Amino acid sequence: METTNKTPRRAKRGVGEPFIWVTAVGLSLGMLMVVGLLALILVNGTAVFWPDRVEQVNIRAESPFELRGKKVFAGRLVKKQDRILQDIEAREAAERAGVWPQEFQYFVGNKDAYGLSFFYIDGAAIAAREQPRDIAQLERLEYGDAFGYFVGLRLKDGATIPAGDPNFLPQLRALNREVNERREELSRIEKGQIGRINHQLQRLALRQKEAGNDAAALAPIEAERQELQTRYETLAKTAGELRARQSENQLVYRLPAGDERTLPLGQLIDFRFPNQLGFFERTSVFLHGIWKFLSEEPREANTEGGVFPAIFGTFVMTLLMSIAVTPFGILAAIYLREYAKQGVFVRSVRIAVNNLAGVPSIVFGVFGLGFFVYFVGGTIDSLFYSASLPTPTFGTGGILWASLTLALMTVPVVIVATEEALSSISRGMREASLACGASKWQTMQRIVLPAAVPGILTGLILAMARGAGEVAPLMLVGVVKLAPNLPLDMTFPFFHLERKFMHLGFHIYDLGFQSPDSEAAKPMVFATTALLIGLVIVLNLGAILLRERLRRKYALGAF
Amino acid sequence: MDAPTTPAAHPEGLDAAPSGKRSAGAPDYIKIENFSFHYGANQALKEISLDIPERQVTAFIGPSGCGKTTLLRNLNRMNDLIEGVRHEGDIKINGRSVFDPALEVISLRKRIGMVFQKSNPFPKTIYENVIYSLRVAGQSDRKKLDATVERTLRAAALWEEVKDRLKESALSLSGGQMQRLCIARAIANQPEVLLMDEPCAALDPIATAKIEELIIALKRDFTIVIVTHNMQQAGRVSDLTGFFYLGQLVEFGDTAQIFRQPRERQTEDYISGRFG
Ligand SMILES: Nc1ncnc2c1ncn2[C@@H]1O[C@H](COP(=O)(O)OP(=O)(O)OP(=O)(O)O)[C@@H](O)[C@H]1O
Ligand SMILES: [Mg+2]
Repeated sequence: METTNKTPRRAKRGVGEPFIWVTAVGLSLGMLMVVGLLALILVNGTAVFWPDRVEQVNIRAESPFELRGKKVFAGRLVKKQDRILQDIEAREAAERAGVWPQEFQYFVGNKDAYGLSFFYIDGAAIAAREQPRDIAQLERLEYGDAFGYFVGLRLKDGATIPAGDPNFLPQLRALNREVNERREELSRIEKGQIGRINHQLQRLALRQKEAGNDAAALAPIEAERQELQTRYETLAKTAGELRARQSENQLVYRLPAGDERTLPLGQLIDFRFPNQLGFFERTSVFLHGIWKFLSEEPREANTEGGVFPAIFGTFVMTLLMSIAVTPFGILAAIYLREYAKQGVFVRSVRIAVNNLAGVPSIVFGVFGLGFFVYFVGGTIDSLFYSASLPTPTFGTGGILWASLTLALMTVPVVIVATEEALSSISRGMREASLACGASKWQTMQRIVLPAAVPGILTGLILAMARGAGEVAPLMLVGVVKLAPNLPLDMTFPFFHLERKFMHLGFHIYDLGFQSPDSEAAKPMVFATTALLIGLVIVLNLGAILLRERLRRKYALGAF
Repeated sequence: MDAPTTPAAHPEGLDAAPSGKRSAGAPDYIKIENFSFHYGANQALKEISLDIPERQVTAFIGPSGCGKTTLLRNLNRMNDLIEGVRHEGDIKINGRSVFDPALEVISLRKRIGMVFQKSNPFPKTIYENVIYSLRVAGQSDRKKLDATVERTLRAAALWEEVKDRLKESALSLSGGQMQRLCIARAIANQPEVLLMDEPCAALDPIATAKIEELIIALKRDFTIVIVTHNMQQAGRVSDLTGFFYLGQLVEFGDTAQIFRQPRERQTEDYISGRFG
């Protein structure tokens, strides 16, 4: 704000000073909001994974509070807050007493037993809170976490190991590892191998349909089908056996109120004693939790497990969008700025493009559905996939159409940035090139474009940031709550652009507003939000690094 | 420009210009005939006629805005790029009109090198800057390119300074070095004509002297047209001088004659710094 060239400014400085303050305040407020938002999301998003202590709570006998008829429960304290008192008398009494009644929220888990996983209790109703050392937290495949005390192991041969036995914990750990390995094996067979066979069977069915009544063509198809069928049956049998073995051993545990429950070990993912963990163990649990969140597939209506498919879907979609939008936007801008005859028409095109940037994104979604999905996709289906109709292949939402819709939405950003970058290349440089006998296109290609690349990439970065965070249009053109397969996998042809996909933005919406238990989903919403922001930052950083490299490279002209 | 300078004060400058000591080529190599030029409604040149001889240095002088650059840029049709321009009359180079529709403007520009008033190196390496005209002509023989770079940079008196940093960005050079690099770039594909628009406008006396030496050395091979505001410079380097005023060619002739006994009053006033 200070100017070194003081003489002409001095007279005005007295007037300018307060204004400088206003601009600084504006910036600070903006920064504060951004930093506050990021901090809130980051803290809430990562706190989910921190293994908190578990309390056992005894409820006063005379209070009306109880959980499934019992006056004792265990859980993780989520929050403590002042109660909202509707009753005026109660409020006055509270004010007179000087202590406002408190209310505690506990995450009690054991959803299979309690039918709920969050429990509110009046502070006055609590008789005692303690942190029992040997209470265990069980991470389960279904129904979320359970809190309880180990009773023993019931093995397949009928033997039981009581929890007091020194062999109990080692045995439980070994069996736990074993079921986890078996679960992976199962998913390899069912998702991978059987999935591939199903895919081949579908293709055979199409070929069969095409062959019609031609017996000569049908015979080898039938033979192949038979072979696939046998392979399928063997695999299915193996899978069935593995699955049966998952529940041959059982863990018995006791809820704080005393009732015993059994859990087939196949349902147990992990267990720990949250009140025995030291700082480093807790950190390790924390990091492990984050890793699982990033790398695993969601379970339990997305409220448990990880978000890997959503990360992958967002990433692939943003990449596809960038690949589509870049050449399109750059070529359009080059034509507009460099080749089109500047006049009323070009001016109105430019205004239209700028206005396109302000169209609500859902409008693009509707357009994408009508044009890409129904028209283009429908045409592709009737031309190339007519055998599988009426089941649509491309004629339904998919990652390709979603990417193209977003590309359309972000193309104005790229066009405007590219035009800006092109117009900033000095006339002197262009003239120098032309005077050397270069044609207009050579000048473009060798001088103007390389020098404009950083500016163009800035536009692309903005476009990516906008595209990666967009949700509304995606809901119309291919995003789903739970996609069975990734758009990229090991079955031919590897890229499945017609597939539906998961997306972090939609995942947040789905968890926060569509989930049956919004309280349980809340931490996941924060964690997913933090992740989406992180992903956008990573993508942008990638583009910025690329821009810096290119800037250096083109500045040296190693074109 | 140091104002009241009479040619008499700088006799050595004039003697240094070896006009007539060497046989020049065709006396009307570039023939400008009744040439007028308009930027929209603004007429920048009025019926200019003059002949520029081959392999000599011709200087255009005159006050700012009188149309020197405009005329220079018409020789290689750089003004094509500006919208709404119009011309009358003709310019012939070696007997052929530059406005001939059958003439490809790219091939014309390949035969005419140009150095601009403001130095404008490309944001590429020094090496790539020099060989740019060869690159766009499709030349990729490494040996030839290397040879051209050395020969051209030597001709532009820049070789010794940059020979160890050819792969560095041209933007890291000093202003004077950049201007010499632009000269090197302009002569790299051995054009027939070299147009220089105030090549020393932004340079210190030492760099200026180097470039002047360069111009004198270059005229063995090229026909040079130079625009300058520096009277001594015109006197030192040029064989012929044209004085322009308000879009008109006031006087054109042998440099020695123009500086010693200008025919026109305006010329004398301008040269002696008594102008306006
Ligand atoms: N691109 C242009 N569009 C419109 N008018 C122009 C343009 N370029 C030059 N002119 C006008 O043409 C006239 C001659 O300009 P020119 O650049 O040829 O002057 P000059 O003699 O080179 O001046 P200087 O010594 O300041 O460089 C001026 O009146 C100028 O305003
Ligand atoms: Mg000029």
